[in-house]
Amino acid sequence: MLLLEAWQFIVDHPQRFFGALSTHVALSAAALGLAIAIALPVGILIADRHRAALIAISAANIGRTLPSLAVLAVAMPILGTGFVPSLFALTLLALPPILINTCTAMRQVDPDIVDAARGMGMTRTQIVRKVELPIATPVIFAGIRTAAVQVVSGAVLAAYIGGGGLGDFITAGIAMMALPQLLVGAIPATLLSIGTDRLFGHLQKVLTPAGMRTR
Amino acid sequence: MIEIRGLVKQFPGTAHPAVEHLTLTIPEGDVCVLIGPSGCGKTTTMRIINRMIEPDAGSVIVAGQDVMRTDPVSLRRSIGYVIQQVGLFPHWSIADNIATVPKLLGWTDHRIAARVDELLALVGMEPETYRSRFPRELSGGQKQRIGVARALAADPPVMLMDEPFGAIDPITRARLQDEFLRILRGLKKTIVFVTHDIDEAIKMGDRIAILRDGALVQYDAPEAILARPADAFVESFVGTDRALKRLALIRADAAIEASGPAAPSHAIAAHASLRDALAMMLSNGTDALAVTDSGGSILGALTLAGIRAHTRSGGEANH
Repeated sequence: MLLLEAWQFIVDHPQRFFGALSTHVALSAAALGLAIAIALPVGILIADRHRAALIAISAANIGRTLPSLAVLAVAMPILGTGFVPSLFALTLLALPPILINTCTAMRQVDPDIVDAARGMGMTRTQIVRKVELPIATPVIFAGIRTAAVQVVSGAVLAAYIGGGGLGDFITAGIAMMALPQLLVGAIPATLLSIGTDRLFGHLQKVLTPAGMRTR
Repeated sequence: MIEIRGLVKQFPGTAHPAVEHLTLTIPEGDVCVLIGPSGCGKTTTMRIINRMIEPDAGSVIVAGQDVMRTDPVSLRRSIGYVIQQVGLFPHWSIADNIATVPKLLGWTDHRIAARVDELLALVGMEPETYRSRFPRELSGGQKQRIGVARALAADPPVMLMDEPFGAIDPITRARLQDEFLRILRGLKKTIVFVTHDIDEAIKMGDRIAILRDGALVQYDAPEAILARPADAFVESFVGTDRALKRLALIRADAAIEASGPAAPSHAIAAHASLRDALAMMLSNGTDALAVTDSGGSILGALTLAGIRAHTRSGGEANH
């Protein structure tokens, strides 16, 4: 019955629903893209610098423990409300897992493999591009997958600082004690999270080099 | 030819230099084995040759060129490199692994494919079967075969091998050693071979350099080191069975006596070692053997006295 009412709400307000959905997806995708663009190169760069890697991983681990809502709350007084502060907060949320996994994966490449690569005359750049990065790919992608799921579920909270997305229905639903409207936000948001996890899980498999896949 | 002159290397935070005024000349086409207890500087010396480690002083000349004045990347591409843990790239097929250096050198695909098949055949692995497999599908021995093939890919005149057979079980190791010697016979490479196994050194080396605390203690042919150890350290290092080890280097037909006993009851092949001959004499309770060629005809007789004479004089080796 509730579900039916929720469905009816979507049918009655298609523009609102799909608008919120696309904002949600756009916000998440942009935040994830930004986080990858920042954390991946930084992770690769600091991986072979012992102290820098240690500091970055520790910082990222602290960042990881911050509740999403707290990050959003901090973003608001500094950046105001709307899409941009939400994007900023979600990017911040996505950085730690990508940074930690990239750094760890690059450092965990078997030193004998790197020694062989160097001894055969690969340059530093060639070693990173042809050897370390492909071998690190599965673990890096696991980090991206974690980040993606976090961002997609975290984006629900963007509604609190006017970032829009499916969270709008949830906050409105709570405020008006309208359970069906709450579900209009909650169910698609949940499905989106599950879908994201599945999608990135699949990508992770596809992007793992053939010689390293476990059968 | 490789010339090492006055090499010195001390790692930061260590009390003693890893290599101390080491001077060594390795003739072209020779297998030079660097051997000694751990920490003697053998691996450090080897790694200075392709500039994996930079020396504090001294020079290394490879084929007339001072390596310190050569770009390390192009230097390493011109020197074969084999390490104990092989270090195959797990995300690349066997063919791609072997093709590493040719690809870096920009060979054409056609030339690379032909070379890969040639090398797979050389190391005794069917190209059709193994070309597109991945390293994790291979046994330890097979991996090191690919490691050797990969180092040979661009046909470098010089090869560095750091305990290449050290992580392989004894039976497979012996087979790989034999095969590697067979491969080498046709190639004429100058090889620096690091090991801590004296038996391997005797088997593989044209010359053995015994190192201790970063300095050269003795540098000579295996049979000379076994016959005349330079000092007590070398003597204990080569082992109390050095007389037996020397016998293993001498072929039975090198010790044939013209005036041997008339008809020995047991026979041994001409290419067998004096060590095997001695073992046969002991197990059969005889002091004379007939030496036969591959066709089975008797070349002459071998006596216990003859073998004993060889352990004293330092007879001809089978190299």
